[in-house]
Amino acid sequence: MHNAQPKYRNSAAFYDVDGTLIRINIVHAFAFYASRQPSLLSSAARTLKTTASIPLFWAADKVSRKWFNELFYRSYEGAHEDRLTVLAEELFEDVIKPNIYPRAQALIDESRRAGCRQVIISGALDFTMRPLARYLGVDDFIANRLEFKDGFATGHLRKPFVAGATKAQIMRDYARARGVDLAESWAYTDSYSDYPMLAVVGHPTAVNPDLRLRSVARSYDWPVLDLS
Amino acid sequence: MRAVRPRTRVTGREHIVTIDTDSAPRIMFSGENFLLEDLPVGTRVIYPKRPLTGLANPTAAIRYALNHPEEMEPLHALLEPGMKVTIAIDDISLPLPIMRTPDIRQQILEIVCEMLADHGVDDVHLIIATSLHRRMHDHEIRRVVGKKVWDAYWPDRLYNHDACDPDGMVVLGKTRHGELVETNRRAAESDLVIYVNINLVPMDGGHKSVGVGLCGYESLKAHHTPRSIVDSNSFMDPSSSALASSVERIGRVAEQHMKVFHIETVLNNRTFDGPLDFMMKNEDDFTEADRLKFHAMKWSLDKLPFAARRELLMRTPAAYEMIACYAGACEPTHARTLAKCYEQYAVDVEGQADVLITGIPYVSPYNVNSKALNPLLVQVMALGYYYHMYRRRPLLRDGGVMIITHPCSDKFDPVHHPSYIEFFNRLLPETTDAYTLEKKYQDEFAYNPSYVEMYRRGNAYHGAHPFYMWYWGQRGREKCSRVICVGADNVTAPTLMGWETAGSLAEAVDMARGTMGRSAQITMLHHPPILMTDVQ
Repeated sequence: MHNAQPKYRNSAAFYDVDGTLIRINIVHAFAFYASRQPSLLSSAARTLKTTASIPLFWAADKVSRKWFNELFYRSYEGAHEDRLTVLAEELFEDVIKPNIYPRAQALIDESRRAGCRQVIISGALDFTMRPLARYLGVDDFIANRLEFKDGFATGHLRKPFVAGATKAQIMRDYARARGVDLAESWAYTDSYSDYPMLAVVGHPTAVNPDLRLRSVARSYDWPVLDLS
Repeated sequence: MRAVRPRTRVTGREHIVTIDTDSAPRIMFSGENFLLEDLPVGTRVIYPKRPLTGLANPTAAIRYALNHPEEMEPLHALLEPGMKVTIAIDDISLPLPIMRTPDIRQQILEIVCEMLADHGVDDVHLIIATSLHRRMHDHEIRRVVGKKVWDAYWPDRLYNHDACDPDGMVVLGKTRHGELVETNRRAAESDLVIYVNINLVPMDGGHKSVGVGLCGYESLKAHHTPRSIVDSNSFMDPSSSALASSVERIGRVAEQHMKVFHIETVLNNRTFDGPLDFMMKNEDDFTEADRLKFHAMKWSLDKLPFAARRELLMRTPAAYEMIACYAGACEPTHARTLAKCYEQYAVDVEGQADVLITGIPYVSPYNVNSKALNPLLVQVMALGYYYHMYRRRPLLRDGGVMIITHPCSDKFDPVHHPSYIEFFNRLLPETTDAYTLEKKYQDEFAYNPSYVEMYRRGNAYHGAHPFYMWYWGQRGREKCSRVICVGADNVTAPTLMGWETAGSLAEAVDMARGTMGRSAQITMLHHPPILMTDVQ
């Protein structure tokens, strides 16, 4: 093919993950951990507790992604860092990989071919994103980090929280550090809560969008991609 | 409702009528509905020729063409067991509207595929030659090729061309003018390419089949430019079209590397029949039944919501019949095709018009089964296609006024035309200058990874396609002094394209006379069915 030369040199493509590149979200990841406790009894108890908390998580997410994160990540309190890291590979193979949208890899490949740096920016936990980032072949990933004390999770996130407007700020910082021109960059997300990350780039794209984002995308003439 | 008025003057040519004081009002398309308009006295209305009689036995005509090709051996003599063959097929942009089944392509493919199998040719791929058009949906391909071919070849050996596939395209070289020749790798590596074409207008077929249908963006970029459009006296007259000349050069280089057996077909213009046959008539010849049918149809369309109207019209196939089938080497085959095409479509007209009136229908080559004819496509129908429906001299004189009827709604299909939305709303407000748009933005859209992904795996037109649509109207834009849109439901979209709006046809005609004078020669092109003019 003729166009072997990449067309963009200082551009990046920023991808949200949950609902954008994969069908599932962080609750599925936590459910996986909950179901893999040292004993059968504690697995059942954790799973039940997670299931019972779903309406609360849902309500918190509707109010604020920050509240949701604070509430949700408390569930990790007491989990051992090594255990979480080791199980992350299994989580990826069993849960995340089968749920990657069929056209997600193709989108990343097209974007890379155009010369953009590939960056995942997700509210999920960093150890769960690492295998996915490796698999998709992205250049960098930015994700939330759990706070650990003596190897055990405290149930709090380290700052900055990767969500909402902070995502946009992180992208600005990333662009400044790497010499990326945000006006010539792309952002992909499925959720209206990520509106700020779409607003800071020159080429925002809604992917499998929720109703609110779909409506915003229509109003602003942003492309709407369906990766399913 | 009016009685038949025998006093309307019919000129020596049955397809040209001059409006008199008591002529019947004329039916005009206006998107997904119709207008019934009284035209000013003295207006010349040009109707299409009557449909030429369709071939009684199309399959026999196809077989005859395959066995008696132009300047090539018969198809069966080109076949050897074990050879690699690619069949390329025109996409859904032809014919318009979609034709009744069986589609001509199905009839040809069934014969050709059977012949290939009989000669031990098993390595056969069928490629829909979409160029930078959208990928056809599965159900659309199935309808075009028929169940038998679909069952035998889909999906591994029957698929859409992908102009952005880095592994699926190959550069064959450059023309003497430096135009890049890039084509589909599978076709380039085949021992034989068979191209199955439908010719609806003289712009189709010939070297455009392989040279454009199977090309990539960088290759298309060579001739889809504002300059080549302006230098094309008419798209419908290849002998005076810079676009056609460039495509010919590219096609010739391609055929130095590939052996191509062209199968070209010509359709008549029987767009409507059955309950809609009155649409093929001069309104002065309408019977009471015809008038009743028209008013019943219009009443129904008025009551239906937009989406239902559109669906109804899109699902009404045309009754086209094949009037000729030729095969063989590209240029001699296409010469015969063109002659037949002109025989059906070209209408002799005396003198140019100062004001040209034409209705814009719901369909264009680029919005089949889409949710709307968006404003850019209204523009391409008006200034790209209908302005260019002539041979030698334009029907509308330079500096003339064009009046079109269409709602020109700000409606786009986000699945088929995502890049159009950005082009229309982001770029046109900045500049309408085609040369600036080409230089500044075309590559940005063409290599936008979101649009590339939507083109390759969705059903979107290529990111650069809206630019071509805008260029397509460039000659018309430069030659017309004013374009007036009648019945627009908004002012923004027409204004953005440099057009004016009028609430009625009478108002538009008054506006046009303001520029062209009270004695301006007014002409209405009465289509569809398609017609083109030969201005004496």
